[in-house]
Amino acid sequence: MHPNRRKRLLMVIFLVGGLSTTLALVLVALNRNLDFFYSPAAIAAGQAPVSKRIRAGGMVLQDSLVKASDSLRVEFSIGDLQGFEVRVFFEGILPDLFREGQGVVVTGRLTTEGFIEASQVLAKHDENYMPRELAEALEGYHPPTSSQAYDR
Amino acid sequence: MIAEIGHLALWLALFAAAGQVFSGALGVTLRHGILMAAAPAFALTQAVCAALAFVMLALAFLRDDFSLAYVAANSNSLLPEFYKLAAVWGAHEGSFLLWILIMSLWTLAVAMDTRLPLIAFKTAMLVVMGALSCGFLLFSLLTSSPFDRLLPFSPVEGADLNPQLQDFGLIVHPPMLYLGYIGFSVAFAFAIASLWLRPPDAETLRWLRPWTNAAWCFLGLGIVLGSWWAYYELGWGGWWFWDAVENASLIPWLAGTALIHSLAVSEKRGFFGQWTLLLAILVFSFSLLGAFLVRSGVLISVHAFASDPERGLFMLIFLVVVVGSALLLYFFRFPPSIAGNYGLWSRETFLLTNNHLLAAAAGTVLLGTLFPLVYESLSGGRKLSVGPPYFNLTFLPLAGLLALALALGPLMRWSRTPVRIILRQVAWLTGISLTAGLLLPLLLSDAFNPSLMLTSALAFWIFGGLWMVIRHESFVRNPSASRVGMCLAHAGFVVCLIGVGFSSTLSQSKNVLLNSGQETTLAGYHFRFEGVVRQRGANYLADVGILKVSPPPLLGWFSRSAIDLRPEKRLYPVRGNVMTEAAISPGLWLDLYATLGSPVGEGWSMQLHYKPFIRWIWLGGVLMALGGLIPLFGRRYRRVARES
Repeated sequence: MHPNRRKRLLMVIFLVGGLSTTLALVLVALNRNLDFFYSPAAIAAGQAPVSKRIRAGGMVLQDSLVKASDSLRVEFSIGDLQGFEVRVFFEGILPDLFREGQGVVVTGRLTTEGFIEASQVLAKHDENYMPRELAEALEGYHPPTSSQAYDR
Repeated sequence: MIAEIGHLALWLALFAAAGQVFSGALGVTLRHGILMAAAPAFALTQAVCAALAFVMLALAFLRDDFSLAYVAANSNSLLPEFYKLAAVWGAHEGSFLLWILIMSLWTLAVAMDTRLPLIAFKTAMLVVMGALSCGFLLFSLLTSSPFDRLLPFSPVEGADLNPQLQDFGLIVHPPMLYLGYIGFSVAFAFAIASLWLRPPDAETLRWLRPWTNAAWCFLGLGIVLGSWWAYYELGWGGWWFWDAVENASLIPWLAGTALIHSLAVSEKRGFFGQWTLLLAILVFSFSLLGAFLVRSGVLISVHAFASDPERGLFMLIFLVVVVGSALLLYFFRFPPSIAGNYGLWSRETFLLTNNHLLAAAAGTVLLGTLFPLVYESLSGGRKLSVGPPYFNLTFLPLAGLLALALALGPLMRWSRTPVRIILRQVAWLTGISLTAGLLLPLLLSDAFNPSLMLTSALAFWIFGGLWMVIRHESFVRNPSASRVGMCLAHAGFVVCLIGVGFSSTLSQSKNVLLNSGQETTLAGYHFRFEGVVRQRGANYLADVGILKVSPPPLLGWFSRSAIDLRPEKRLYPVRGNVMTEAAISPGLWLDLYATLGSPVGEGWSMQLHYKPFIRWIWLGGVLMALGGLIPLFGRRYRRVARES
């Protein structure tokens, strides 16, 4: 074969091979790492899969936080405005902005009993900002904040 | 008055930018000398007005003018002066003013550069940059002016700057990042001007290279600063979260890295011209996309600004117009292709491979970042997020392949390299990297650890390649700034690679509950908790935990003498925010890191981290940026391009 043509052929093989490997990797990786979001209402309706990693969000219900006295285990309930709620278990340190009456997003697995074993708890970054998915789950709810006077 | 002057200055800047566009465009079309000469004058006016507006906002902060909504929301009379200045770009409106100022400064720099005597070409670039400025200024004036007043009921006290932003890292992070993002507008304007007037020759391409390098360095430093800030301020001990906003800065950096390499081929050999121009357009488009993602609130992120649908819509339209028209121009005035004549084993091939890998990496990150948005709009509102494992699984293999190619690329000759030489070099490199890959992990870890072996082997593979480049006679005879910079940047890549690989495999951490006087052990270090004391800061109250740390009895080669760690839990009363202040004992070989949780029973919960080699990540990033900066001071780019 003409050396130039051979070079071009090698290049094309390399490109096609590389591109398909990348695509395959992307597809496999995407397939395994999509975390769907469920509101407490959706979980109550049985829409969320059991023991697959999911995200759930809602407001931490008043007086629902229970801390163990000898370990880092905590449990609390998150709920939405329709009155649906789900109990969350977590072992670790809660974020600074975690408070009862505030919105949180948790990542974890739903147990067969309908609890969430959370591996991560995210609280709102600041009082102006709220994850959009959470804002929709909590539609109509305004957390009391000190700087609300200046919000537009 | 101050705010009104600032507001007026912004409007004047808009008129100046519009003048720059119209006089420039008319001048270029008619080849009219005076009209073209007016464009730089307009650029100067625009820069002066933007600077004036910025200074006025800063003055409003220093004077605690809480009748300004933006000042009231982001400052407080108790805030230290230093942070009052930093608060100017602490939130959306002010940071966009900084964005505008930086845009006008880059424009001015291009206008003043006398090394490009192609007047029409330079004016065309100024037209493009002026049009971008117009869009930014309109956005600021119409949707997010920092000069809006809260009248007649202005508050007597401000709501304070978000405590997480009261920090040195975050003061310098946005300016650096913006200098990078917007610096790529020079390359963008260059590409549009080339498509408009004529394809660039080697001389003009050489003119573009230092500009691209500079923007790339700033962006790199901005990313490093952001990652470093996240590490010590967010208190999770992580340094990169594959968060949408972080990705938004990584994507243009990856594409910019590709651009730097493809420019080298275009300038030196005249190939890849089409690809280089497309990359120049894409890099800046990704920068704009990043700005859109951060400021529109469409993505879920801890860094995002408060969202406002009106702003999002404006930015989206602007993005579509700019990127769409640039790409349309590209496809209608497709630049002529020059068939490259080079062998398979040549520097051209390796630079092409570099571009393919970087483009693929940027593509996978982009896909993972945008996928939740696309999915939501296609599935009728179902929400999902793409987890970090996706990015690790797709990005890391590509980075590994890049590392493989990186050692060989600089060893290749242009056009053709004898296979005999390559084989000898590859044999050497394989020997070095296999030895290092087997031996080094034994020193660092007791257990069999494949990813540690892989990292060590790759690191020595590249170091070996760099060593051969430095020892080569052509380098010894002529160590030009460009080559020194290239070697330094590549060394930075290895340092970063070592940091990422070693710290992610060797790090240890644990969550513990300690009562006063209790002890715990992590990675051989003894942590003794001495209790918590209450302290008062300038604008906060703090609970300070005291941890006495003693190193392992058998001193390892990167061990440490006894130290105190004092993690804090701060309460900022103005906003009612609680903040964790991590205690970090930094070191070249390892960091010890502690954060305070909350009181549990008699004791406190806390998180302890042992993080070897973590500093290498940022050190590598800084070296890469320095490597990109050095060529700017070389003789090569200071020469005046001739009119051809």
